[in-house]
Amino acid sequence: MGTTRPGLEATEGELIERARQGDKDAFYRLVFPCERAVYTAAVSILNNSADAEEAAQEAVLKAFTNLVGFRGEAKFSTWLIQITINEARLKLRKDRRHLYESVDEQRADDEGEYSPKDFADWREVPSEALQRRELREALKQAIANLPSIYREVLILRDVQQRSIKETAQILGLTEGSVKTRLLRARLQMRDALAPGIDGTWATGKAEYKKVRPF
Amino acid sequence: MKVIEISCLEVWREISNYIDGDLDAELRARMEAHFRVCAHCKAVVDGTRNVVKLIADGVEYALPDGFSQRLFDKLKDK
Repeated sequence: MGTTRPGLEATEGELIERARQGDKDAFYRLVFPCERAVYTAAVSILNNSADAEEAAQEAVLKAFTNLVGFRGEAKFSTWLIQITINEARLKLRKDRRHLYESVDEQRADDEGEYSPKDFADWREVPSEALQRRELREALKQAIANLPSIYREVLILRDVQQRSIKETAQILGLTEGSVKTRLLRARLQMRDALAPGIDGTWATGKAEYKKVRPF
Repeated sequence: MKVIEISCLEVWREISNYIDGDLDAELRARMEAHFRVCAHCKAVVDGTRNVVKLIADGVEYALPDGFSQRLFDKLKDK
């Protein structure tokens, strides 16, 4: 009888309570399962490993200090990732790199059109070029080359498979803005990776399809 | 019921939602009719769908070696 649970399992709620009392081990047990998500979120904004790790650490420390502010309305991981995103954005603003990005955040959500490329110079794509590892590198490079406001959305939605709603919540955007940025991110990715992407990269066939010009 | 045509511009605007299955049936039908007659837009939707799938299957950001330990140490030192 009673409410004691068998074994050593503590619920998220119990861990949070203990962490609020200053129990760092309990707090780390909350953080540990989120590490990859936290790091990835920081990378999505800062685009390099060292800065992302720094931002992740700062976010975790801030979260620990501000546990009183966590009211349990969202999942702990969502809350922690939001703090990480904010920390990474702060870091980005301090860094002069962002000054060289040409995408105006205000304009980004306007109705302005993005025209996907029409690849006129079709080439035959040899199957040797489609090795998994090369492709993974090409994908990561293309993602790194996106403007950060598109990259954030693409990573949360398409890399981490979060819903539009959760992505919007984490980034503090409307769902409409998320969808617009996601559209542009995806079209730019296609532009960066084609030709070949339209027919052959996903099939893994030994022989290649020759794409007809039109 | 006659399906009303849409322009390529409208298609490009909705292509991401189409891939995610996030459109009402009428708009979906219009886009599918468009893909049947427009090779360029068909190429765009196929390519974009491929990209989304490749990203989902192939991209991950591995934690740097020692990340967890360094994070734990930072927390302890605080």
